[in-house]
Amino acid sequence: MSDTNTIIELKNVCKSFDDTIAVENFNLSVQKGEFVTFLGPSGCGKTTTLRMIAGFDLPTSGQILLNGEDISNLPPNKRPVNTVFQRYALFPHLNVYENIAFGLRLKKTEYTATDKKGNTVVKKGRLTRRDIDEKVKHVLDIVDLEGFEKRSVSTLSGGQQQRVAIARAIVNEPEILLLDEPLGALDLKMRKEMQIELKEMHRRLGITFIYVTHDQEEALTMSDKIVVINDGEIQQIGSPTDIYNEPINTFVADFIGESNIFNGMMTGKLKVKFCGAEFDCLDDYEINQYVDVVVRPEDIIICKPGEGQLKGKVLSTVFKGVHYEITVEVGRFELVIQSTAYAAPDSVIGMRIEPDGIHIMEKVYTENKYDGVITKNNTVKFGDGEFECDVTQLYPGSHLDEEGYLITASGEKIDLTDVEVTAEVGFADITMSDEKDAGGVDGSIISMIYKGDHYRYIVRTEENEEDYVLACPDLWNIGDKVSLIIPSDKIKLTLKPAAGEKK
Amino acid sequence: MTKALKLRFNRKQLCIPYAAFLILFVICPLLVIIYYAFTNSTGQFTFDNLVQFFTNDNTLGTLLYSVAIAVVTTLICLVIAYPVAYILARSKFKKKYVLLMLFVLPMWINFTLRITALKEILTAIESNIAAYPFLNTVIGMTYDFMPFMILPLYTSLSKLDKSLTEAAEDLGANGFTVFMRVILPLSVPGIISGVTMVLLPSMTNYVVLDMLYNSTYIMGSLIGSYFATYDWNNGSMISLILLIIIFIITLATNRFNDSGEAEGRTIL
Repeated sequence: MSDTNTIIELKNVCKSFDDTIAVENFNLSVQKGEFVTFLGPSGCGKTTTLRMIAGFDLPTSGQILLNGEDISNLPPNKRPVNTVFQRYALFPHLNVYENIAFGLRLKKTEYTATDKKGNTVVKKGRLTRRDIDEKVKHVLDIVDLEGFEKRSVSTLSGGQQQRVAIARAIVNEPEILLLDEPLGALDLKMRKEMQIELKEMHRRLGITFIYVTHDQEEALTMSDKIVVINDGEIQQIGSPTDIYNEPINTFVADFIGESNIFNGMMTGKLKVKFCGAEFDCLDDYEINQYVDVVVRPEDIIICKPGEGQLKGKVLSTVFKGVHYEITVEVGRFELVIQSTAYAAPDSVIGMRIEPDGIHIMEKVYTENKYDGVITKNNTVKFGDGEFECDVTQLYPGSHLDEEGYLITASGEKIDLTDVEVTAEVGFADITMSDEKDAGGVDGSIISMIYKGDHYRYIVRTEENEEDYVLACPDLWNIGDKVSLIIPSDKIKLTLKPAAGEKK
Repeated sequence: MTKALKLRFNRKQLCIPYAAFLILFVICPLLVIIYYAFTNSTGQFTFDNLVQFFTNDNTLGTLLYSVAIAVVTTLICLVIAYPVAYILARSKFKKKYVLLMLFVLPMWINFTLRITALKEILTAIESNIAAYPFLNTVIGMTYDFMPFMILPLYTSLSKLDKSLTEAAEDLGANGFTVFMRVILPLSVPGIISGVTMVLLPSMTNYVVLDMLYNSTYIMGSLIGSYFATYDWNNGSMISLILLIIIFIITLATNRFNDSGEAEGRTIL
């Protein structure tokens, strides 16, 4: 299965720290010479994955294959990979030369020599002083730091330290160079320069780069292949253009570039309805299926009112240098447009979206569905919480007697304690409160996406990390601690097949 | 009105109490020592005391014995304290300061009480503790000064960035090499302050010797014996010589500390 061009392959790699899962079921294969970027928000598991490839963390399960050999449990010093650390991690007690020569001095290489009998034999030995000198000089030349050999690393600027860190790694001629947000500590201008230099270095050296960043622009600029990660799982793997133009779900669309995201519905063959209008599109989905629609701000074309599919009032216009960022109100929806054309605030404009500017994707979350059990008090426990509910919906025509037992339509008495059920709750039926314990369960907001007229939030509980998806027009922030209130009549209960027989 | 009554200090004035203390109890006594060191019992200026110190086998022997005790104590402290400090600094245990406190706790117990307890233990083991004076003194000193070695080592080791050891591993170093080439050189400032804090007091602290029935003199007891017989002149000269030795050692170690981490590698 592993062809000769694959240099590293991650198979079902999982990593958990104590109770929390950092990386889940990670499958990736990287080609020789590729520039691969792990992109995701902080805490998404991208650095952990890199650390597993470097050998600082060992996977909880799964395999890491390097050139077809399992290296999952090899210590870092035995792996032919080198790392450029986030904060450089240069040795403060060594000068630039010694920092770079650190790896070379430890390296044992094979060389051919002639023994006493005149035979050539392959011997293993340390590099000679001259070899080291030459190699150090060579990489200093590559990173543009000629003449810095004797400088103490603490006297260098951030950008220079960064170069030393890169030189220290590439001097060992690793098969893979791992870079952990290497440009994070540099200022914007410096970062842009280093991006170009790194890309150039990658081209010249021809070794595989695995690069970790949370900066989507950096990822788009530099990579051959981007791996978008969220919440420990790979969301999408693809080239920068693929990822930008064909995001697989709303997370990717929202994370990479700016986007307008709406709830839509397929109204016909290659026709989708959102924002109160119908559009032609290129993606084929079943009719009447609910979908997520992503439109990039630059794909909305401003035209005269009356022309185009949409009409709206300009709320604000901000000059951004190359383009204007125009916010438009269409009915109850809000759209962001990037355009070189100017539109005066408060004016009414028409908007046109071409079929190739409309990206349709299946909804990742369509419902909140949990396994639950009925408690003694006729409440239901699911998703780390306990809620009031209407248990009579389990048996049509039933009612509760004074003691809380359920009487079915045929007059049968049922004790529902510990009966297993499936509970479903609609997105719009959950409300958030910032008062602790106000609702049946507490959690914190881990994700939010604006959908034109409302936000879609995901709230995660602390105990078992259960997720609740909900729609809410109010603005909250990621990380907010909230309590979730679900009205009893909005919880839809169904008996589980196995539980139905238990009487 | 209230404004006028309000006492106003500027920062320099806040130093006055300490300056007074310094002059009264440090500088004046020092001048007295220097005066006595270079005079004889009749008050005439002389170098005899100095010559006496470096020609008398007895005083030179004491100096050597003191240095031997101090050096051995310091080395043993270092060898025992380093691994402890390293493990403490590296442990992921959240309450590790509790562990650290356990090592420092003996300092809170009265000094004589501790040495008395040690004496009882040593008597139980050796039955006649007067038979091993050097060994017992070193044990006593080590016991007494251990926390002074652990604390600075712990401080410098816990400051050590974990990514540095990871970087070394990444570049191909095994555990031993990481220690020799990264951890040890970077903990040199801690080693130096630990050594300073143990070496100097263990040259003069003769209470430990007395309590453990070690009748050999060290520098501290030598000074004490001269003063006990009202020989202020010779006693002062020895004090002065000791002061100069300490001064030289401090000066030397400070030089390492200043250029600190960069110099670390060269002295190892």
